[in-house]
Parts: sequence; C-alpha cells; structure tokens
Amino acid sequence: MTTLDPTVEGALPETEAAGRGNHPPGTFRVCATTGLTVDLAAEKFIKINAVFAVVFLLLGGIAALLLALTRWSAVHLLNAEWYYRMTTFHGLNMLILWILFMEIGILYFAATALLKSRLASVKAGWAGFACMAVGAIMLDAVILAGKADVMMTSYVPLRAHPTFYLAIILVAVGTLIGVINFLATVYIAKRDKTYSGSVPLVVFGAITAAIIAVSTLLHGAGIMIPTFLWSIDVIDHVDPAAYRLVWWGLGHQSQQVNVAAMVSVWYLLGTLTVGAKVLNQGVSRTAFLLYILFINLASAHHLLVDPGVSAGWKIWNTSYAMYLAVLASMIHGYTVPAAVEVALRKQGHTKGLFGWLGAAPWKNPGFSGFFLSLLIFGFIGGITGVTLGTEQINIIAHNTLRIPGHFHATVVGGTSLAFMALAYYVVPLIFRREFPLRWMCRAQPYVFAAGIVLMSLGMSFAGSYGVSRRSWDVEASGALHPVSYDPSVHVWLGVLGIGGSLAFVGLLMFVVPTVLAVFFGKRVEAKMPAW
Amino acid sequence: MSIESPAKNWLHAPTGTERAWIGLALLWCIVLTLAMPYWHFKGKQNSTGEAYTVEPTRFADRVQQFVDSNKVGEVNGTPIAEPPPGGDAYLQAQMWRFYPVLQFKKGQTYRLHISSLDIQHGFAVLPINMNFQVLPGYDHVLTITPTMAGEFPILCNEFCGIGHHQMTGRIIVTE
Repeated sequence: MTTLDPTVEGALPETEAAGRGNHPPGTFRVCATTGLTVDLAAEKFIKINAVFAVVFLLLGGIAALLLALTRWSAVHLLNAEWYYRMTTFHGLNMLILWILFMEIGILYFAATALLKSRLASVKAGWAGFACMAVGAIMLDAVILAGKADVMMTSYVPLRAHPTFYLAIILVAVGTLIGVINFLATVYIAKRDKTYSGSVPLVVFGAITAAIIAVSTLLHGAGIMIPTFLWSIDVIDHVDPAAYRLVWWGLGHQSQQVNVAAMVSVWYLLGTLTVGAKVLNQGVSRTAFLLYILFINLASAHHLLVDPGVSAGWKIWNTSYAMYLAVLASMIHGYTVPAAVEVALRKQGHTKGLFGWLGAAPWKNPGFSGFFLSLLIFGFIGGITGVTLGTEQINIIAHNTLRIPGHFHATVVGGTSLAFMALAYYVVPLIFRREFPLRWMCRAQPYVFAAGIVLMSLGMSFAGSYGVSRRSWDVEASGALHPVSYDPSVHVWLGVLGIGGSLAFVGLLMFVVPTVLAVFFGKRVEAKMPAW
Repeated sequence: MSIESPAKNWLHAPTGTERAWIGLALLWCIVLTLAMPYWHFKGKQNSTGEAYTVEPTRFADRVQQFVDSNKVGEVNGTPIAEPPPGGDAYLQAQMWRFYPVLQFKKGQTYRLHISSLDIQHGFAVLPINMNFQVLPGYDHVLTITPTMAGEFPILCNEFCGIGHHQMTGRIIVTE
C-alpha cells in the first residue's frame, strides 16, 4: 500500500482541520487504508455517479436477459415490437449510461485522490451530473414509451421522437462538463503543486480517456444536433452516409474511452490488489498516447461495406491506424500482467514459470475480475476485433451476430467486468461500507465471465453462418421468400441464450451485494477489511 | 506504483523481453497493415466502393424499367429479371422487401446496383454470407461474378422497423 510522502506536502499543515495542499480545512479526509486524501465534494460525486451507474446497469441487464431469451430460438420470449424496443433500451443503458456515469466517477477519483487536489468546481460537478441524469431519464422514458424504436445507432432517415435526440445531447453535454471539470482539476493540481514530477500512470490513462472523450462528444454534437433539428423539421435532410461517418466518430471513439478507462483501472487494481509496480513508465504512457493519435481513424472500419467512401479511403484508414491502436493494447496486454508477475515474484511466489499466477489472490474479486477482464478483452475481444476490422472479412461479418459477439467480449467481458472489480474497492474505500455476502462477491467475476464468454462464442458462431445481429426471427417466418440456415445455428443461439442468462445471474450477484453494502453495509471505521 | 508520481527521468527505452514483445507486436502490425491492401488486389471478394448519388424516386423508375425489359418469370408474386451478361442489374430495397428477384448466369459478370427507397437497409446474401450497407440516395454498384449455381436468399441485416426480420429477397444463378 502506498504511504504519503511528507516532502510532497512541503511545509503545509497535515491535519484535516487545518487543510492540506489546495484543500481548504474540513473539505477532505485521509483514507485509513490507502493514505490517499479524499476530497469530500469529489467523494459525493463519485458516490452518486456510481449509484446511477449501477441502476442503469441493472435496467440494461434486465433488458439483456429478455433479449438473450428471445434470440434463443427455442424460447423466443418477447414479441417483435418489444424485442426491437429492448434492443434499443439495452444498448443505450449499457453502452452509454452505465459506462459514462462510471467513467465520470473514475475521472473525479483520479484527478482528486491521486493528485491530492480538490475538485475544480463543485457547481460544474452538479451541472454536469444534472444534465446527465435528466437526459438519461428522458432517454429511458421515451424508449419505453415506444417513441424511439431506432436502435442505439439511430441511423437516419429512420426517425425517433425529438426527445430521444435531445436526451442524448443532454447526456453528452453533461458528460462533457464532467470531463472539462476533470481536466480543470488536473490543471489546478499542477498549478497548486499538489504533486511533484509527472502525474501517476493511472491519472495519465484517465487524461487519455478524457481527451478521447472530448473528441467523441464533439462528434456526437456534430451529428446529434443536426439530427435533432431534422426531427423537429427545422432542416429537411441529414445525409445517411455523412451520418454514419460522423456518428461512428462518436460510436467507435466512445469505445476507446472505455478502453483507456479500463486499462487505467487494470493498472489501479493491479496496484491495489497485489501491489503491482509498472515496469517501464515510458512504455505504458506511450501506449496510451497511441490510443489518442490513432483510434479515431480506425472508426472507419464501421464503413467498410458502405457506399460513399472509396476502397482506398477504407483501406488507408483501417490498416495502419487501427493496427497502431492495436499495438497499444498489445503493449498493455504485456505490461499489466508483467507488473503483476513481478510483484508476486517479489513476494516469494517464484516456483516455476507460472507459480506466481497460481499464488495470485483469486479469491479477491477485485483481482479475479480485473484479471478475467484482461483475458477476455485480449483474447476474445481483441482477436475478433482485429479480424472483423479487415476489409474482406468485414464483408462476411458486417451486421451479423459476429459483431455483437466481438463487442460483448470487449465492452462487457472487458470494461464492465473491470468496473465491477473496481466496485469491490470503491464501496469499502469511498462509501466506507463493508460488503455482505462475501462468498457471492468472490464467485461473481467467475460466473459473469463464464456467461459472457459463452454468450460471445454463441453469437460469433451463429454469426459466422450469417445470422443477422438485430433480427427478431431467425426463421423469417411469413417472409415472401423463405430463408434457411444451417440447422446448427440453433445450437449456437441456444449457447447465446444460456450464456446470456448465466451472465445475468452474474450481474445480479454483483448488484445485490453492492446495493446491500451501500445502503445497509457495516460501516468501515478504520482500514477496509482485506478481501 | 501506478497511483504515485514516477521517479524523475522515467522515459527510457524498453529492455529485455518487453522490448522483444513490442518488436514482435509491431512487426505483426506491419504485416497486417500490408496484408489488407495486398488482399484487396489479390483476393477476389472486394468492393471497389463504386457509388453514385441518386434520387430514390429516380432509382425506383430505373428499377421498373429494368424489370419491364428483362422480366423472365415470377416467383411468389415478385417478378424475376435477368440482365444480359455483362449488363446492369438493379435491386431495390424498401420496407420490407427486395425487388425484383434477380437471375444471373454462372461465370458471367454483372454490375449490380443497389439502393433504398426509404431508410437504411442491409444486403446479405446467404449462405455465402456477403454483406453490404444500402443507403437511400446512394446507388451502390457491386461488380459480381456468380461462381455457383443455385438459389441464394437475400436478407436485410440493418434494422429497418417492425418488419425487418421479414425483409427477404432472392438471387437465382443458373448454369
């Protein structure tokens, strides 16, 4: 565990009543477990963002279960109308709401606790949160009211109620305010010299995420504002090809925000769980830099089978740029487990090539969640992603179930699982509540990971036979010209259904102990109980 | 530690296995970067990205002209149209059908024009599993040479409203 270096604080007084660094008196506490200074205003925002995130995770998770039980052709639960409605609802709640609320919490934590700074603006914090919360509630309401069955991508000229676009704009504006508040906090920390030298690696990763987020949100504004104006008949046309080009500057880059945030969480959890030390700061930071430089160009792989952009444009943008962003992930995929290995070997676990891995704290859900996230993201998400982003393979995979098979491994098995693992430390350290049902917490990452892996494989294999990603009825019954697949697709759709249901159980095993801990958990008075 | 400021002068080149790993990964990235353009010219399944803007109503007129002058039969109430070898074929996507049914000869090359009359659709050919995006206002031209005879279902794979899963069509390839 880290200890405070008194020289950093210089001559400033050290007690909570007297203030510290740029914290006015009475606005911070010192964490008994980590020794970090926790800004009380930032702590409040971390809490409310985390609570909202978990609420949307649960809503999106219920939708996920219904969808899995509908795609499982032997069950086929929902009717067509509600299947498409729930697909829209699930995508936005999971990919936008759960993840964005969580990320704002992570940014506020990184800038205040790790840089020992106060939050730049409490007012901006509230303004951003209010925009996001109001937008999120509007968004869910308009979808459930049946006025926006347009999928998360809402490709024009398919049209939703104007409230839908307005709600997304509000969420984006709120997030942008949060991101700017984070960057302002990094600035005042530097100005007030609350830390010395370079920012810690986790903060560097968070800054990476924030920079990509600004670019992402500007793309979002660039396309959602004209689309909103079109939906209220102020402008009469939004070009569908231009929409796809700019929308994916939002849709794909937002996933890179997730990757940068997730990798930062890996480094953070490596430190918190086993005391991992970064091998080479320069290497890890350069890898983050590659994300910023190259990832937006790689958004082009969403347009590989589109009319309107040339083959040369597609190949140029998806080849060198995407692979340099992939290189970044390949580097983190080495440096993160290597840091864990070095730490465990130093603790005496030196037997054989993999003795350190066996000796790792697998009963600590903070560790198992983080390490499973690393494995699923790298091996399933990464390999499928690089494959699908190739021009020729994209022709056989575009809009089939192979696509969600890929991104459930990256965003759910990777990002969501890493964020869940983080929660096993956020609740005792920030909410200062003990987890009940600790056996359930210990098992949760395994159950959730197994479910997601099964579901992802079921999707990928069904998709490789051409099963469409957003189709209510794989048999196309009642269609003018019948469609039939290899019968084995039903086996894979069954695997999808079983995996999805198992993952939902894993999700409940996360939500139930977390909610119980936050609202009824035993107060953590001094150090958090070790996992 | 990843949560503390690093010691001064932290920027130095990677060493040992870390260096080897980065080198290998970079090499592999270079191979992949070159593989995609190489396969674009060497491989047989690529789109050149040929496309034109077109008014949906004018595209519908062209499709109807194409059907009127090339109709060879009817299946399930949909006309079957067979373009001359080397000629242009037109396929119209709309909520929720593909029109007309196309008939090609194996081994002949055609220019297939696809566009949408209303919203975005997807063009998926089964079971060979080829997928393209269909946008209203854009005439997407695919140069195709069927290599197998048989009947190939077409499916919409972009969400296009409540009837999306019933939006199908057909391509027939004769010997």
